[in-house]
Amino acid sequence: MRTVIRGMGELCITAGLILMLFVTYELWGTGRYTQGQQDRLQDEMLHNWRAAKVTTEKVKLGKGLAVIRIPRFGKDYRFVVIEGVDRDDLRKGPGHYPGTALPGQVGNFVVSGHRTTYSAPFNRLGELDRGDRILIDTRDEQYVYTVTDRRIVEPSAVEVTAPVPFHPKRRPTGRLITLTTCHPEYSAAERMIVFGELAETLPRVNPAAGK
Amino acid sequence: MYIWIWRRLPGAWPTKTATALGIVIAVAAVFWYLVFPRMEAKIQFDHGVVQTPAPSGSATPG
Repeated sequence: MRTVIRGMGELCITAGLILMLFVTYELWGTGRYTQGQQDRLQDEMLHNWRAAKVTTEKVKLGKGLAVIRIPRFGKDYRFVVIEGVDRDDLRKGPGHYPGTALPGQVGNFVVSGHRTTYSAPFNRLGELDRGDRILIDTRDEQYVYTVTDRRIVEPSAVEVTAPVPFHPKRRPTGRLITLTTCHPEYSAAERMIVFGELAETLPRVNPAAGK
Repeated sequence: MYIWIWRRLPGAWPTKTATALGIVIAVAAVFWYLVFPRMEAKIQFDHGVVQTPAPSGSATPG
């Protein structure tokens, strides 16, 4: 009898330790995976940007498309935006919805990212205020968007990704950016959406260093 | 359970400790690199994508 009880106790302790290890994996191990992928995709993308431009260039799913930087989150905040929003894409970094506008184009450049786990690129989206800058670096240009609004919506609110958000049928005239992530943190009950519009277009700075 | 394993480890206590540590690290590595990545996909709780129908569980991206 004593052996049985002791065995149960040991099993419970073991299960607890494994759960703690799993939490560590979620919060830290997944981020390491994303960092590795980000480094790889950044090298690959910068290499492509240095090469001669191909007129029919189209970014493949799962490849790097642009670099997103948000000065409010610090100088070191930089993520490669991946083309695609499948689970595997978003594990590598924030993902661009295929079919929505490209950076700088008329329409809506929609990017989705993890709020927690996998380096949590959009963890601090809730701190953005109106007027905060979102910088998108592409091969030749840097697009400076400024935040116009922040909303919490249902997970099914696909209308935020429309060329004119909330008006799927309307023809776009503005050049917009939309960032989506989950809300609240560690949950999938709702989505946090940050809207912005293009403020200026600059030549991409410091292309040699790729920064 | 653990006492039973401990008794079966060969050698004196330093050898036993080293072997036990090795086993623990091996088990942890199996979980970290094989079990957790698969488990994570099943219980994913962080969905950043908006879509209809709303994503739930593992079948949907997020």
